Amino acid sequence: MTTDVIMPQMGESVTEGTITVWYKKVGDWVEKDEPLLLITTDKVDADVPSPASGYLNNIAFPEGDTVDIDTVIARLGSEENGSSTATPTGSTAIIAEEREGESTTAPPSIPVPSGQSSAFEAGAGVEQLRRTRSSPLVRKMAAAEGVDIAELTGTGVSGRVTKSDLQDYLKQGPPRKAAPTQERAPSPVRENRYAYQPIASDRLEPFTPMRAQIADHMVISRETSVHVTTVFEVDMTRVSKLRAKHKSAYEAKGAKLSFMPFILSAVTKAIRAYPVLNSALVDRSIAYRQDVNIGMAVAVDWGLLVPVIRHADEKSLIGLSRSVQDLAERARDRKLTADDLQGGTFTVTNPGVFGSLFGTPIINQPQVAILCVGTITKRPVVTDDDAIAIRHMMYLSLSFDHRVIDGATGDRFMKTVKDGLENFSEGLI
Amino acid sequence: MNLPATVIRLGQVEYASALRLQRRLMAARQSDSIDDHLLLLSHPEVVTLGRPSSRRYLKVSEETLKRRGVDVVEAGRGGEITFHGPGQIVVYPILKLQGPERDLHQHLRRLEQLGLEVCRCFGIKGKTIPSKTGVWVGDAKIAAIGVRASSWVTYHGIAINRTKNLEGFDWMVPCGLDGTRATSLESLLGRQPASEDVENAVIEAFSSIFARTVSEKPAAPLLRELQESSAKEELSNA
Repeated sequence: MTTDVIMPQMGESVTEGTITVWYKKVGDWVEKDEPLLLITTDKVDADVPSPASGYLNNIAFPEGDTVDIDTVIARLGSEENGSSTATPTGSTAIIAEEREGESTTAPPSIPVPSGQSSAFEAGAGVEQLRRTRSSPLVRKMAAAEGVDIAELTGTGVSGRVTKSDLQDYLKQGPPRKAAPTQERAPSPVRENRYAYQPIASDRLEPFTPMRAQIADHMVISRETSVHVTTVFEVDMTRVSKLRAKHKSAYEAKGAKLSFMPFILSAVTKAIRAYPVLNSALVDRSIAYRQDVNIGMAVAVDWGLLVPVIRHADEKSLIGLSRSVQDLAERARDRKLTADDLQGGTFTVTNPGVFGSLFGTPIINQPQVAILCVGTITKRPVVTDDDAIAIRHMMYLSLSFDHRVIDGATGDRFMKTVKDGLENFSEGLI
Repeated sequence: MNLPATVIRLGQVEYASALRLQRRLMAARQSDSIDDHLLLLSHPEVVTLGRPSSRRYLKVSEETLKRRGVDVVEAGRGGEITFHGPGQIVVYPILKLQGPERDLHQHLRRLEQLGLEVCRCFGIKGKTIPSKTGVWVGDAKIAAIGVRASSWVTYHGIAINRTKNLEGFDWMVPCGLDGTRATSLESLLGRQPASEDVENAVIEAFSSIFARTVSEKPAAPLLRELQESSAKEELSNA
């Protein structure tokens, strides 16, 4: 008999909690309703009572970890069992089952530091552990493909075979297993033996929750998507002129006509032509997302936010102008709601405002592409009729997930964006 | 329909004693042997830490503080580090959160509303800043918040700076937020409001924001109990 301990939801707006203190250690007996751990959210510390009496058999997250609500954080059992073999708090084996689609958000797995797996080998056989500790999903997938999990090298905790191990195995076929170069840590928090050891004169500033979230997201994205970047040069002279011409009319209506709405308008049209740019990967399928919700990266003093313009493809140029302005203002005033930040299907980032020529951005998971807008500068350009002219030039770069999007598709998409901007229809304004 | 709450003005109480009292009332509230309570008090100069790790925000040594007669106490509440002194009104609502009240962030928001309302009573326009829980006037903090909950019973609460002697905040990075400056009702009004007036404003705001019907009780029995328990503790320590 085992009981899961779940990160409780301590209020409607409380989506995660930080584990501050484990009052019990693995192997301890705990009574039902006895405080088991202390969690922190904002400026509240709250005791979490034990949901049942039993031995604390597993602790999935060490003190200091921030965990989404409803995540399994520990397991209680009626017997004092296996994994209590001297596993200290903070590096304990895992119990949370892998759930579909979870790989891109909170990683439930904590890698076991090298050398620790021997503790498990002493008890049950490694193969046995792999079999029993792989999630039901992986076991089911393996059975469906006729694969014996024991044949695989697991990169999960304590050698557990994860879903991506199985997928890699199916992709690569059996013969190449167990090559040492294939070893790959499953989680963004893997050990870094080159890590810097701080000295006394350093000023150590712990990660804010936002910084931690950004850091994890970046690592997960790099490990998830196969990033490639393509760069296009766009002549923005026509858009500059149109903007200058209509700017005051927009201002009279209380809207600011920047370059961004033009770019968003061209992007939504190109997405309609190449909908795979607006997709997400689900196992071995591509989910074509029907709404076009464009995330817009906004730099704020305390980090980075990506509010989302919903149904951007249904908005007029003035509607896009208003959305851009509203989201940027509310981001800087800290007035965005959780809703504003969710549901993006494609992202546009604009480091051009800081003078960047072009970037090679990291994809905002679970999306498959991100467009990066460079600065607009006047440059001498050789025109079609072999003259040299001064034109307003801009680089656009697109990072895309090469698993889903082929180079030709990415480039055709970019060509469509470029054509849309260079021949921007005045009728749209 | 409002739940009843007992209000007690305790005057100045040592931080450690008040913490013991809070924990006793919290346990009694959990077992439903008392109603909700609202404690109003002040503390002699003291530095309190949310967690032991909040020590890193101290800018002076604990020895220096000790020489001044200032203790550094681990409070076991949310929030990092703060200062309490005689010029504050400290407000500890010991409430059993029920039904829709069971939302810890909502509890923080209500404490902020309470602080804002007290400011408003003195003609001061305060504000709140998302992700910087507390009550602010401009870029200075007038009230600090830190809460602990156990089985949905809250304790700790909000400390409102009444007078302008705030040098205790210079000993630390208040709340662990760099560059946080403290202000007070007195600094903003140019005169010192009486404790009683601030307390009255707190009680009124509490009653409406937390939807409790308040009744005031004298502090004497609680204080006596506190003295007895600390005497007992001293005996058992000896």
